[in-house]
Parts: sequence; structure tokens; C-alpha cells
Amino acid sequence: MKIGTPKELFEGEARVAMTPSSAQQLQKLGYDCVLESGAGVLAGFSDAVYAEAGVEIVPNAAALWEAADIVAKVRQPESDELKYLAKGKTLISFFNPAGNEEGMEAAKAAGSNVIAMEMVPRISRAQKMDALSSMANIAGYRAVIEAGNNFGRFFTGQITAAGKVPPARVLIVGAGVAGLAAIGTSVALGAVTYAFDVRPEVAEQVESMGAEFVYLDFEEEQQDGSATGGYASVQSEEFRNAQLAKFREIAGDMDIVITTALIPNRPAPKLWLEDMVKAMKPGSVIVDLAAERGGNVEGTVKDEKVVTDNGVTIVGYTDFPSRMGAQASELYATNIRHMMTDLTPEKDGQINHNMEDDVIRGATVTFEGEITFPPPPPKIQAIAAQPKKEVKEKTPEEIKAEEEAAARKAGRQQIGLLVAGAVIMGLIGLYAPAAFMGHFIVFVLAVFIGFQVIWGVSHSLHTPLMAVTNAISGIIILGSLLQLGSGSWIVLLLAFISILIASINIVGGFMVTRRMLQMFQKS
Amino acid sequence: MNAELQTAAYIAATVLFILSLGGLKDQESAKRGVWFGIVGMAIAVLATVFGPIDPHDITLGTVLAASPVVLLIAVVIGAVIGAVVAKRVEMTGMPQLVAMLHSFVGLAAVFIGLNSDMTAHAFPTPAEEVIHEIEIFLGVFIGAITFTGSLIAYGKLAGRIDGKAMLLPGRHLWNIVMVVVSFILLIMYMNGAGAWTLYLMTLIAFVIGVHMVMAIGGADMPVVVSMLNSYSGWAAAATGFLLGNDLLIVTGALVGSSGAILSYIMCKAMNRHFISVILGGFGNSTGPAMEIEGEMIAIDADGVAASLEDADSVIIVPGYGMAVAQAQQNVAELTRRLRAKGKEVRFAIHPVAGRLPGHMNVLLAEAKVPYDIVMEMDEINEDFPETDVVIVIGSNDIVNPAAQEDPNSPIAGMPVLEVWKAKQVFVSKRGQGTGYSGIENPLFFKENTRMYYGDAKASLDTLLQLIS
Repeated sequence: MKIGTPKELFEGEARVAMTPSSAQQLQKLGYDCVLESGAGVLAGFSDAVYAEAGVEIVPNAAALWEAADIVAKVRQPESDELKYLAKGKTLISFFNPAGNEEGMEAAKAAGSNVIAMEMVPRISRAQKMDALSSMANIAGYRAVIEAGNNFGRFFTGQITAAGKVPPARVLIVGAGVAGLAAIGTSVALGAVTYAFDVRPEVAEQVESMGAEFVYLDFEEEQQDGSATGGYASVQSEEFRNAQLAKFREIAGDMDIVITTALIPNRPAPKLWLEDMVKAMKPGSVIVDLAAERGGNVEGTVKDEKVVTDNGVTIVGYTDFPSRMGAQASELYATNIRHMMTDLTPEKDGQINHNMEDDVIRGATVTFEGEITFPPPPPKIQAIAAQPKKEVKEKTPEEIKAEEEAAARKAGRQQIGLLVAGAVIMGLIGLYAPAAFMGHFIVFVLAVFIGFQVIWGVSHSLHTPLMAVTNAISGIIILGSLLQLGSGSWIVLLLAFISILIASINIVGGFMVTRRMLQMFQKS
Repeated sequence: MNAELQTAAYIAATVLFILSLGGLKDQESAKRGVWFGIVGMAIAVLATVFGPIDPHDITLGTVLAASPVVLLIAVVIGAVIGAVVAKRVEMTGMPQLVAMLHSFVGLAAVFIGLNSDMTAHAFPTPAEEVIHEIEIFLGVFIGAITFTGSLIAYGKLAGRIDGKAMLLPGRHLWNIVMVVVSFILLIMYMNGAGAWTLYLMTLIAFVIGVHMVMAIGGADMPVVVSMLNSYSGWAAAATGFLLGNDLLIVTGALVGSSGAILSYIMCKAMNRHFISVILGGFGNSTGPAMEIEGEMIAIDADGVAASLEDADSVIIVPGYGMAVAQAQQNVAELTRRLRAKGKEVRFAIHPVAGRLPGHMNVLLAEAKVPYDIVMEMDEINEDFPETDVVIVIGSNDIVNPAAQEDPNSPIAGMPVLEVWKAKQVFVSKRGQGTGYSGIENPLFFKENTRMYYGDAKASLDTLLQLIS
């Protein structure tokens, strides 16, 4: 089968869904690759490079959609593209199924199968095809770079001959994939970085990236973010107020604010209000990664950079991944390639659209003339672990009481054992002769000594212990020695054999133990 | 040498044996401890050889005088064989050797018991005769089980017998029947039914020993070996009662209790009940095993080397696979090179790693890995989250997170090394198969785990070429 990638129609879109290297990988899966001429130019890949990688170049979109059985692209298809859909063709792309009724109806009518890349379930097996994450990663990085571009000072603090430069203070709101990428970039550039998220369980991730987590003084039980597949959910009014109060408190100190807060299928929450923007120093920069859904910041203009009256720059671009076309294309093309790998289990160049597979089922929005969106919940629940149920701290009294109870129980057991032992001893004493009792005392005492001594043996010496007890149990040789005096030849023979093997035991056991112990050495 | 002097010598030997075992509390005093043991043994043997055959009848002469040729030949041959075996044995072959030596003690106990039955005795009271007969029976019974049980353990450890647990239908019933028959034979023997009852019981006990160890799987071998160690001690103690020899009783009891404690420690480390280990077979799980999420991702030597170059702290978790591949020297070399680069390298040893208690410690010591960087599970388990790289070499069940995460897993509740909490885990493994217990290991599917396939020794050789 043939996989084709057209030129993106969206104005300014630099990404492309197939790169020369991904094309080579796809060919290994048994597919032929087709590309619309010029599709990779903005991402930095000329037609010649593709041709070298074995990709067939066709002059225009119509020819491409005609030739390809599978079309991989980046942006959600526009109406011009929807009309190319036909039965038996598979489209792999961002599709925005929740807000693209028209597209799904068109695909259903045409009988095409559509795989929407944003619908790939967020489970670990599917991470390699999670295009949202790879794009968010780029957006986070680019947001910091974009902020730096508009920020008139250093990120890192410096003390130079020409004076002292304070480090930039960066606040990242929302510690999802984009937020974490932004934290990493900001920390790497040397800024003092703070981060906030409504999910307290990500504080650990934030701190692991080198940023400081901004905690709220808020008592209410915070909602478990992991219940929603690792995304944030809507917060209560009180929580929101506490959050805004905190932002208000720190707004004046921040030089750069990057907001990444998104809630699935809702407009972006307004988190950075007008008064906070006003409180910021002139020259400060805000980058609003949620601009596509209305923005987290009051004053964000979608796709534009605006400067407020008090000199704060608000960047509302929505095309951060596209601004890094080469990198974004590589990652996206790799995501697509992994999706194709899962769709081609036989590596024979034939698509096997297995609707039993959680990942493929989840991402498919139309299949053989049916709309299959929204998908059933995946069988395996999402990534983040449930927060641990807090164990109730025991009071000292309770602990003491428990210890006492345990001690009493142990005491009772011990007394019980002693009584039982005494009864058995008594019974033996009633019948056994004196000579036996003498040996029996020795035996019981030796067992006790053995228990006491062996508990102290270091764990690493258990093998030598085994070998040395082995050698010592060769003491059984004494028994055979004492039987040598017997006249019977068979007794003598058996005694001979037992002396022989007991000697093997003694000599072998001790020598092996010494060999082992000599190896132990300190560094 | 008269009987009083002999008793004094025995007391000295007893004290020396106790000191010898007590010396094993750390590596340095252990070296001294072995000498105590050797001296004690020499005193005991010499005191017996030059002592009277029968303390009550000195006219019979000394043991040496009774049959000096037989005595000397037996001791010399035995000593030479023992020395050669001890010199030749590979450290990885230690479990087999120990099991083999246990069987000797068992066999000697059987012979002594049979001999004692053949030698005529006069008893002042009937009670003493009953005790004597019980002692013979018990000594032979324990000795026989120890003998065949150890032979089977040897076969399993040496790979000559299939390591899987052999579970006959109704095996508990068989064991009970055999023990009951042995008991009936004891009653008959005491009532004068003749020596054939003793011989028949010996055969039955041989079968019990075989059957018992055959039913125990390879993963439980550390427990079996220490249990047989314990049995060999009890057999010696029973022989001591038989012959009225206190030194045998004391030494046997020391060894017996030592083995019992070792078995207990091993069982604790595997979260198993001693009884269920001894009765054999692996505990049946009560539900379906948890579905494993993710996939195994392979990595090549370059990737491992690059990660090791970047890491500051490394923990190596060795297992039976390292012993099988004889890779301990390569592991030690890797450790030396990484330490020379200023990285913190430590070893995490699970109590049941390998096939013998302390097996890994001995192998690492052989390869001259300093023992102060070799840690026990409890000492190091908390350090995994701060560790950059963990290298798992040939271990499986002891690093299986299912023990903590999956209540239906057969190893649920067993303490394990929490390697998956480290930033990066490399697993050196021959293939995708499961461990000795045959359980899938979710560790291999974790996101921070990379599989470094290949024979442990060959893999490390490749790796060492990349790390100078």
C-alpha cells in the first residue's frame, strides 16, 4: 500500500507529516511513500532529499490523494481535502473530532477510516504515538524561547564588572507536558523558576525539574487529577479564589509568566486577570499557550503579540510547534510512523485496522462508514497512580497500648511453650533412665546455644556458615571410630566407609570455608 | 588416654566449635573462627582415636589399637578426596558441593545406626533397651532422609535432574503413609521382630528423602539446602544419643539449630511458610495475574555505556544468571572501572539471590569486589529512588514488582528489591523468558527499564570495551 503526505493548506503551517527518515522507516514496514511536491520545504526538507530516501514525488494534491491509500497529514483536513476522501482510504491526522461534526460526517459518507492523532489514549503503551505530548513538548520549549526573545534582560543572574544583573523570575502555570518542558528550558537558561498546578501530586515532578512548586494555603480536599487521565479538571470556587489570591501576591515579582492551563473540551480557564497583568513590571513578558481556546490571560489576543499600557508584552501565538517546523516534523512523523507500526503487525505493507486494540480503537473516529467517536473508555486506566490513602497517624498512647498487647501475647506464648516443654520433660523423666537424661540436658542446652550464636551471623556469611557447619557435622566420624573395635567384618566395612566419607566432609568443608573467607576483602 | 582426659578434650572441642560458629558474625573474625573449628575437630578426633573403645572397660584398649590399618587408610583417602574437591570446586558450584557433603553425613549416620544394631549389647534395664532401639531407629531414619534428599538436591543444583517441582498426585498422603509404616516398623522392631524391620524402614526413609526434595522447585533450593544442613545435624545428634557421646550430641545440636535458623531466615525472605516449602510445590494463586502494561524495549551496549557514563550512582543487582554465566569477574571489572571514574557503585543482594544463602556474596568476593560496597536488601532498598542507574544481572523474581503490586501473584508479599524506583534500569538477560518461578515480571515492561539481551558474560564483555 502507499502512504502519502500532502502539503499543509493551513496558512503558515511549517510542519509536514512525513520526513525523509520516517519515510525510510515506513518503507521497512513494506509501504511505498508518496509526497506532494514542496510539502517539506517549510520544514527544511526539499523534494530532492525525499526522492533520495525513495519517496515518489507527485505534482499536486489531487494526484497525491489519488495515489495514496493512506494519507498522513498534520492539521485537521479542510473542506477542500475532505472531498478527496473515498472508500478504502485511511486518513491519519489531527482531526479535532469533538468540534468537527462536518469532517466526521464527510468521512462517514465517503466510507473512509479516520485516525485522529489527538485521540490516542494516554496510556504508557501509546506514548510513542502521542502526538499531543510531542507537540506540547515543543510548545513549552518554544514558549520560553519566545518569552526570552521579547524580554530585555538575561535569564541567568550575573555579577560582572559592569554591574550586577538579577536572574529572571519565571512562573509557569500548569505543569503538564508543555509546562514541564517550559520548566526544563527555563531552568536550563538559568532563570529562577516557579511552577503552579492544580494537581498537587505533580509537585514532585516540578521539583525534579529544578523549579519551585507554588503551594496554596488551602484546606479543602483537592480533587484527584489522576482520575481524569492525567489532565486537570474544573476546580471549586473557593479553590479558584485561593489560587487567584496567590497569583496576585506573586505577580509583581515575576518577570516572565507562561500559562499552559487547559481543561479538556472546555474554554481555557482565566487565571491571570487584568489586575495581575497591571501589577507586573514594565518589560515583563507573558506567553499564553492556551490562546487557541481563549487564553488563560485577560488581554490575550489569539495569534498576536500585544503590549499593554504598562509595558507588559502578551504573546498569544498558537503555532509554536510550527515555528520549529523541522523539529516538530521529525517528532510528529515519528509518532505517525509508530502508529503505522501498530497498524502493520505483519510488516507486510498491508494495514490491519484492528478495532480490538485499545489504542487503535481509541484513536479511530470513523471506520467503514460508521462514526466511532467518542470511543469507549480504554480498558486500562491512565498513567498517574492514585494518590495514596493517608494512613492515620497513631497516637503515642495507641502505639504504647499495641506494644503492650504484643508483649503480653509474646509472654503468654512463651509461658505456654515453657509449660508444654516442662510437661514433655516430665513425661520423659518418668520413664527414661538417668544416663539418657544426662545426655538430654546437654542436647537441650546445645540447641539453645546454637540458636543464640547463629542469630548473630552476618547475612553475607551464610554460605561460609553452611560450609563450616557442614565440616563440623563431620564430627559423626567419632561414631564410626568407636565402632572399629567390633569383630564383625560387615560392621568394620560400614565403619570404614563412614570414616572415609566423614573425613571427606571434614577436610573438604574446612578447606572450602577457608577458601571462601579469604576472598572477602575490604576496599 | 583415660576417659576423664577424653571428656576434658571433648569440652575443649565443644567450646571451640561454638566460638567457630560465633566468629562468623563478621568477615575478619570469621577467618579466625575457621581455625577454631579446625583445632576443635583435631582435638576431638585425636581424643577419640587415642581414647578407650569403651570407657567402662579399659581393658579393650584404644580405638587406634583396634584396627589401625582400616582407620588410617579411611582417614587418608577421605582427607585427600576432600582436599582435592575443595581445591577444584568452582565458586559457582558451591551449592552442589554443600548438598553433596550433607549426603555423606546422612549416609554415615545410617551406617552407624545399622552397625549399632548388629553389635550385641547388654542393658541393665528394659527402659534403656527401648531408648536404645528408638535411638537407632531415629538416627537411621533422619540419616537416610538426609542422604537421599541431599543427593536429589545435588542433582537439581548441578542441573542433572530437572529443577521443576515434581508433584505426584496425593503426595501428602504418600508421605503420611510412609511415615506411619515406619512407625509401625519401629513398634515391631522394639518387640523383637528382627533386623529386617530396620532395613525396610531404611529403604522407606530413602524414598521419603527422594520424594520430599523432588517436590520442591528450584527457586526454593536455598531453603532445602539449609534444611538438609539442619537434618544432617540432627542425624549426628541422634547418633550421639545412640553412642552416649556428648560431643556428638552437642555438635549435632549446634549444626541442627543453625540449619533450622537459616531455613527460617530464607523462608522469611521469600514470605513463605516453612511448612509449605517443605511440603513442596508452589503456592497456587487465587486469581488471574494482573495484566502487564507496556512492552519490553531492548537496548544495545552503546546505550548502556552512555547511561553509565552519565550516572553518578549505580547499583548492581546480581542473581543466579550471573552465577550461571560465570560473569562475576566481568562485573567486578566493570565495578572497578566505574569506581575509578569517581562513580558510586554498590551491590544490592537479596537474601534468596542464587541457589544458596549468601551465594552472591561468595561469588562477588571471589571476584575481589570489596565487601563494604555489597549491601543487603534492607540496607539499600530505600536508596533506589536516588539512584541513576540500576543494572540487573540475571535476577528475576527478586526484582519483580508484582510481589508488591499484584495480590494474585504467586510471590505476592515477598520482599523484593525496588529497582524500578531508580531513574533507569538495565536488565541483562538471556531472552524474554520468565524466572525460575515462571512468573511474568512487570519490571521488564516498565518505562524506565531497558532490556540488554544476551549471555551476561558476553554482554558485559561488550560493555567493558566501551567503558575505559
